[in-house]
Amino acid sequence: MTRTKERTKQSFFFKYSSQFGLMIMMGLVLLAFIITSPNVFLKSGIYFSFLASVPTIGIMAMGLTFILGMGEIDLSFPSTMALSAFLFATVYRSTGNFFLAFLACIAAGILVGMTNGLIIAKIGVPSIVVTLGMQYLIRGLSNLLSDGLAIVVRLRGTLSHQILVGRFYNIPHQALWYLGITIFLFFLLYRHKFGEHVLFVGDNQEAARMMGVNVVWVKIGAFSLMGALAAMAGMFDLYRMGTWWPTMGDGYLMMIMAAVFVGGTSMFGGQATIFGTFLGAFMIGTLEAGIVAAGLKGFWTRFITGLLIISAVIIHTLLRKRK
Amino acid sequence: METNNIVDMKNIHKSFGGVKALRGIDFHIGPNEVIGLLGDNGAGKSTLIKIISGVHSFDEGEMYIKGKKISPKRHTVRNAHKMGIETVFQEKALAEKQQLWRNIFLGRQMTNKLGFIKVREEIKETNKIMRELMKFRGIGAGADSYVRTLSGGERQGVAISRAMYFDSDLVILDEPTVGLSLQEVKKVLDFILAVKERGKSCVYISHSIADVYPVSDRFVAIDRGEMVCEYRREDISLEELNEKLIELTKAKVL
Repeated sequence: MTRTKERTKQSFFFKYSSQFGLMIMMGLVLLAFIITSPNVFLKSGIYFSFLASVPTIGIMAMGLTFILGMGEIDLSFPSTMALSAFLFATVYRSTGNFFLAFLACIAAGILVGMTNGLIIAKIGVPSIVVTLGMQYLIRGLSNLLSDGLAIVVRLRGTLSHQILVGRFYNIPHQALWYLGITIFLFFLLYRHKFGEHVLFVGDNQEAARMMGVNVVWVKIGAFSLMGALAAMAGMFDLYRMGTWWPTMGDGYLMMIMAAVFVGGTSMFGGQATIFGTFLGAFMIGTLEAGIVAAGLKGFWTRFITGLLIISAVIIHTLLRKRK
Repeated sequence: METNNIVDMKNIHKSFGGVKALRGIDFHIGPNEVIGLLGDNGAGKSTLIKIISGVHSFDEGEMYIKGKKISPKRHTVRNAHKMGIETVFQEKALAEKQQLWRNIFLGRQMTNKLGFIKVREEIKETNKIMRELMKFRGIGAGADSYVRTLSGGERQGVAISRAMYFDSDLVILDEPTVGLSLQEVKKVLDFILAVKERGKSCVYISHSIADVYPVSDRFVAIDRGEMVCEYRREDISLEELNEKLIELTKAKVL
């Protein structure tokens, strides 16, 4: 009988304790920022600027959530982002057609992801190795194609600019797109066959295979999704900056991995949280600006980021053990 | 092929790299028959059932399922499901971090046209399965429970109930009683009997024949990839069968 009690006691709060923990942590960080620099954090300006910059991180972090939930890793998406955005910039500059540029950009992302997935699932090379190589390969490719030069694209004032990164009562459109993508991916992961297969492959690949899941296709699918999302993030960044840089995406890798881990997705696969990643992206994406605004030297950024990542994952792990 | 058998295998060969796992196996599974597949570790039992369930393909020979010729490359797990063959693999049967209802319907989800899962219906059906097939009462596990909270016997029960729910004509069990308590072993035997009562067939692999002897119709022993002997239960007592198997292992050692 005691067992019955134990099992049925999984209340709402208990079930989502990880997410609540994360929200409390974010609240505390925000409170610290407000106390240290009230003139910045009690005005709306900084929040709108966060809403403009966080989506880039968040969109890619969503893709990585699927990959980690599948028990794999991807190191190549920052390069994929740069290559896709490069294609967008070049196609747009020569044709002026948004749809052609968009198609080239997304197709490139999917192609890189599919190649990753094929090598990982079909040949059996570990994902960390494949995507490490792919990261160099793709960065090299975009450098070769661009000759290492930046590309300026006149996007401001176009209809697509207005739709993608315009403002709706001060709210940057990319934040709304990000919210939409997050909701879609939430349903894809928890309510769609594909997402269920991703989590089963991450949990127990053999069991999934024996229950009739086509593991090869699931892996190719998830890496393609990651590629497509990286391409989308690249496009948003291009629209935001108006310029393509050969180093685009550098520095995102660690940040985005941090966002996913802070959110509560574990490295072991079989479990992933879209909502956690959504929060994690905001936490990681706003930290630097917050620390600088608080009047601390930029050097503090990494120290504090590290502190928060480690405490967040300790909390998640402890809570998971209790379940 | 005209037959009542669920599976007919003729001269099946299978190698992994250079290792011959099966060397010309002839095997059949009749209608409403419970067969015990016996043999030492590495004899080829697992390979045999994995070929039937679509996990492995075979290199040579012919296989018929319900009289239909099977092409080795086309026979996948999904295909086996479609033809009414369900396999319960020891240990690997379920994914621990996922909920019960997801484990029941994996690979055969109830979805709408876009592939989105009808969660409510799957949970409703899972509750029904738990009540009617698993007879899980008073243990507090629900359709929403995570598999890691279930005991070994409960997991085995879930996996077998899944096979029964989808009304398989053949249920294959890989070591169904390993690591289970006496009570749980009894439950598994009840499941096998229930499969038999419904007019379906069952093949199991087991090291502890004593457990499953009473519910079996026929025993087939395999050694080094070949079928070495075959008995109907009424022709052999448990003691004799045990002796035969010990002889077999001895012959291998010498």
